[in-house]
Amino acid sequence: MADRFLFFTELLAMPVLDLKGRRLGRVRDAALVPLVHSSRIDRLLIGGGEAWLSVRYDQVRSITLGKGISLSDEQLTPYHDDEYMLRIARDLLDQQIIDVTGRKVVRVNDVTMGIVTDGIRDTLRLLEVDIGVRSIVRRLFQGAMPPTWIRRLQDPIPPNSIRWEFANVLEPDPLRRLRLNITYQKLEEMHPADLADIVEELPPAEREAIFETIDSEAAAEALSEVEDPKMQASILESLETEKAADIVEEMSPDEAADVLSELEEETSEEILDEMDSADTTEVRELLEFEEDTAGGMMNTEFVSLHENASVMDALAALRGNEDLLDGLNTLFLVDSEERLSASIPLARLFVASGAAKLKDLASETRIEVSVDEKQDRVTELFDKYNLLTLPVVDEEGKLAGVITADDVISILRQR
Amino acid sequence: MRDFLGRFRYQVAVFVAVLGPGFITANVDNDPGGIYTYSAAGARFGYLPLWTLVPITLLLIIVQEMCSRMGAVTGKGLSDLIREEFGLRITFVMMALLVLVNLANVMSEFAGVASSLGLFGISKYLTVPLSAIAVWFLVVRGNYQSVEKIFLFACVLYFSYIISGFLVKPDWKQAAIRSVEPQLMLDPGYIYMLIGMVGTTIAPWMQFYLQSAVVEKGVSVKDYAASRIEVIVGCIVTDVVAFFIIVACAGAIWSVAPKDIQEASEAASALKPFGKYAFFLFSAGLFNAAIFSACILPLSTAYSVCEGLGFESGVNKRLREAPIFYFLYTLLIVVGAGLVLIPKFPLVQMILFSQVLNGMLLPLVLIFMILLINKRDLMGEWINPRWLNLASWVSVVMIIGLSLAYLGIQLRGMH
Repeated sequence: MADRFLFFTELLAMPVLDLKGRRLGRVRDAALVPLVHSSRIDRLLIGGGEAWLSVRYDQVRSITLGKGISLSDEQLTPYHDDEYMLRIARDLLDQQIIDVTGRKVVRVNDVTMGIVTDGIRDTLRLLEVDIGVRSIVRRLFQGAMPPTWIRRLQDPIPPNSIRWEFANVLEPDPLRRLRLNITYQKLEEMHPADLADIVEELPPAEREAIFETIDSEAAAEALSEVEDPKMQASILESLETEKAADIVEEMSPDEAADVLSELEEETSEEILDEMDSADTTEVRELLEFEEDTAGGMMNTEFVSLHENASVMDALAALRGNEDLLDGLNTLFLVDSEERLSASIPLARLFVASGAAKLKDLASETRIEVSVDEKQDRVTELFDKYNLLTLPVVDEEGKLAGVITADDVISILRQR
Repeated sequence: MRDFLGRFRYQVAVFVAVLGPGFITANVDNDPGGIYTYSAAGARFGYLPLWTLVPITLLLIIVQEMCSRMGAVTGKGLSDLIREEFGLRITFVMMALLVLVNLANVMSEFAGVASSLGLFGISKYLTVPLSAIAVWFLVVRGNYQSVEKIFLFACVLYFSYIISGFLVKPDWKQAAIRSVEPQLMLDPGYIYMLIGMVGTTIAPWMQFYLQSAVVEKGVSVKDYAASRIEVIVGCIVTDVVAFFIIVACAGAIWSVAPKDIQEASEAASALKPFGKYAFFLFSAGLFNAAIFSACILPLSTAYSVCEGLGFESGVNKRLREAPIFYFLYTLLIVVGAGLVLIPKFPLVQMILFSQVLNGMLLPLVLIFMILLINKRDLMGEWINPRWLNLASWVSVVMIIGLSLAYLGIQLRGMH
């Protein structure tokens, strides 16, 4: 653990002294080399004469606030831009990063480092990224008054910082991401709704970089949670067709159809062509419907059985559709022509014997809509009959899909 | 054919989707201060000043187009970009100035509310607090989409000036000729009036508001062509409104007896002989302009400051999530409206003072804008082409020169 700490604003402009205590110059920036070490300040960049010099961490003997940095080796190399360096002043200060634990986008004001002493030398470790008023005060007065005064001035203000491990740096350029060892893996573990909130706040380039990088399943979940359909579309459009297809494949057919319907026809066709053909049939069917009709609202994730089936048959059918179980609350009965004949609230199965006919458990009133029913009428029905799931039938009365309460809530919220 | 129709529908949809930022910004430009300037110009010089509207529109378009382009390409607000490219100190100074300037501006908007409703004999001690509360609730309790719709509706209400312009039955032939024929006179009052017209047209806050609104709207590079048209049409509509204000005052006041008016409400009163509708529409327009700007200014200020300094912001956030945003927003409204209510408060001097600050801030903002829009790593292929850069610099130098001249005259007038 570090026994002393140093703010980056204090490091900047600190004098650097050679073996005899003569001043070589002042610190202009510091850099991590993330591929080598994730938090150790690997280089100090000092500006004296015309060019900047680069000090390796093992050339430093001591770092003292108020005195400066003494070197143990004066064989310094001139600095030239190194693509593997993450420079604090240039790449981190004033930029936006993601606070993974706080689940939001923040702007970096300053950085807190620890001075680690091992007897031979002092090294700097990046501990925290500072946001909030306290670090703004430091930035404003940096260089205008002695560091000790600034420390006293900022003291009464409560600190607001993010541990470096939980700070996710953003970089739209994939090559640079690789060189700086920036990954978005931490984001995959977030709740998709939180991740969606974050990407909604980011500028397009960073937003696209995240979707390009995280795995398709997390991307699909987050994309479904993005509220603005226009933004969903622009994200998909910005991705390589192949990646876009991977993401759409992971989405449920109705959500996939919703997103694709926002795209220009050409683009959505390209994405559909790229997808596995098994997944596309349903999506293509759903795409045929107008957005503001029952057909456009419905999804095809339902379980239907023949009208003569028993409770045992229903349980078997449920076992065969385990991936649907989370959102399921109604079963449907169809005749031999696949025409809808009844709806059965799922909970009724629990109190029925295995041999009982499903027909006898059916809801008394059968409420259904046709695929071209208007959106307003659908929401009205949900309200009037307190529905959780509403079956949708095509022109021949065949069960085409279901609308669930969550679809209706999203629509009402968008108004 | 279906393809063509599809594309056409798509284009219309894109235009509707980007509608908002440009229109609103340009219209707020015709705030009570602007309306007074145009009224005074028409009352004193009749149709002579009309020719300036074409160059003013061009200046406005050049400046606003840059902002909306930056917003669409980078997906970041202007204060975000200034922060990222020029650091925290400069941003802080600019934001501090912006808050001061806009506080004075908010105050003059509420003064506009007081004087416009004063025309109907309602006391300011009733109207100002009520409108302040209404403004606060509108934005805090609404979400951006619904608020923007209300703002767009407020833009439509500016048409009241067009109608009142017709009701006055001005000399249309003169108006047409004077619109295209530049008239220069070496009359100090005339020159002062010309400068004033430019001075009230381009204000610092507009650039921040427009760019943030474009970002918030999610306008992408792909939609930018439509967004550019929206900005241009918005600027033109604004100056069409200005045209009718001048024409109405020229017809109602100048053609009877040219005179200096002290307040926009005086112009409204002068319309009384032309029927109660002309008077009503003019005053209602004034009220609309005042309350509309009083909504936008505090909001835009709070947004810019929080973006630039890295605090959470947005009307979609809750009070607890974005305390500084709501604090600033509330402070501007409460103080702005409160000052108007203090008896014998030196309102005119305060407004003058705000113009001094406006004049100091505007050059900074415009110069930063041109520097930013020429950064290739930010704008990519969307940086200013050379001719536009030339046009921008010429416009910016002209605007700065005119604002400074305006300022000089104002200050001399103070003694």
